Amino acid sequence: MKIKGLQDALFITVDDGEWAEVEPDLLASFRERAEFFKGARIALQVGDRSMKAAHLGKLRDALARMDISLAAVISTHPSTQEAAADLGIGRSLPRRDVVNTHEMEGVDTQVQGEQAVFIQRTLRSGNNVHTSGHVIVLGDVNPGAEIVAGGNVIVWGRLRGLVHAGAAGNETACICALELAPTQLRIASHVAVSPSRRGKPRPEKAFIRSGDLVAEEWHMKRTRS
Amino acid sequence: MSAKVVTITSGKGGVGKTTATANLAVALAKTNDKVVSIDADIGLRNLDVVMGLENRIVYDLVDVIEGRCKLRQAMIRDKRFENLYLIPAAQTRDKTAVSPSDMVSLCEELRGDFDWILVDSPAGIERGFRNAIAPSDLVLVMTNPEVSAVRDADRIIGLIEAEEKGPGALVINRVKPEMVKRGDMLSTEDIVDVLAIDLIGIVPEDETVLIASNQGRAAVLDERSKAGHAFTNIAQRLKGAEVPFDELESRDGFFDRILKFGRAGGDS
Repeated sequence: MKIKGLQDALFITVDDGEWAEVEPDLLASFRERAEFFKGARIALQVGDRSMKAAHLGKLRDALARMDISLAAVISTHPSTQEAAADLGIGRSLPRRDVVNTHEMEGVDTQVQGEQAVFIQRTLRSGNNVHTSGHVIVLGDVNPGAEIVAGGNVIVWGRLRGLVHAGAAGNETACICALELAPTQLRIASHVAVSPSRRGKPRPEKAFIRSGDLVAEEWHMKRTRS
Repeated sequence: MSAKVVTITSGKGGVGKTTATANLAVALAKTNDKVVSIDADIGLRNLDVVMGLENRIVYDLVDVIEGRCKLRQAMIRDKRFENLYLIPAAQTRDKTAVSPSDMVSLCEELRGDFDWILVDSPAGIERGFRNAIAPSDLVLVMTNPEVSAVRDADRIIGLIEAEEKGPGALVINRVKPEMVKRGDMLSTEDIVDVLAIDLIGIVPEDETVLIASNQGRAAVLDERSKAGHAFTNIAQRLKGAEVPFDELESRDGFFDRILKFGRAGGDS
């Protein structure tokens, strides 16, 4: 591999060859120079290789165990780009004139935050997402798609599939969407179908109030849930 | 020449895959391109019937794959176009007789001799579907303007994308413009909204399709057939031409048309 220092990260160009052969060598190189790479942010240039999300995820985890953060995966192959996007891994390094992200490791303790699964595409019929945390979708959720989350679900798009928030029993979970029209909506053990509505769809939030599942229009002024 | 392999699939059954395959095959052959169509619906073959070639079947796709005959022996030349061939499916076997890699090898063998290889996929999402998309360069997703067809098309597109054959191009078949105008039928916009892939064709509901199919002819050969025209347009778009979509989809209402007639002096 070739290493180049770039801004506050290391740009690593992976050798040519079959990924199955290249990957172990790559990881071994990192292990050999553990002290040098510890705490580093790297961008991996993989060329036109096609890599799936599951694989990239494993790679990211393997690197994380060595205290190496996979900040970006750079590839000309659209599947790899999509897989990276699905995992929230960047596809390029930020430019110099952008805020220095060095200081953003870990969660800022002044504002408590929680982990969420972020999906940047439309979920099609038959796709499903099951997680114990929160789910954010930047795209639509088509009928026949399914989201089951232990936490909240936010859909920045049309929610027309099946959604279950607070799936482990959390009744304070909520579901928000730009267009809330799920085939079925569930929070904790409460189930409801969308009532038919008229007029232009508006952003709404669904939640449990006094034991009932309700959906209300989202108002910017609202300060409490 | 190196052929482009186009698979026609849908998820839902009965939306018009076989009709589309037969008509596109003829439409492309009419432009003098060399075309071979393959029926991948093992066990429920009908591409041969729709093309009027069922009496000429001696060998089929499974015979080729299992080595009982050479590829050329299973290829049936069309009655009207000498540059158009059919490889029929087997009727007495099922989808397990063929594997995705068999289909890929078969198409590799054909690529050098043809401009187009059209694969008629069976309905469903199992082995038959996977066989049909394995060799493809482009997948045409057929749907009807009807909720369950669109739901299945969405599923199929998701599977096609997962197999890295995506995103595919959409054909909306059996559209009834008057019903769309009345709001009784899903519009093109409604459908493309959900499926979010490029549209390559809109085909109207047309009696001539059934009549032609019963005679083993393609509607494309009937000058008066609106569906035939639509398939011809799709063939043109496949070849890279920019063909505007028929006024079928214009927003003109019935009365606008009357006004147009009036201004033009009563004749169109």
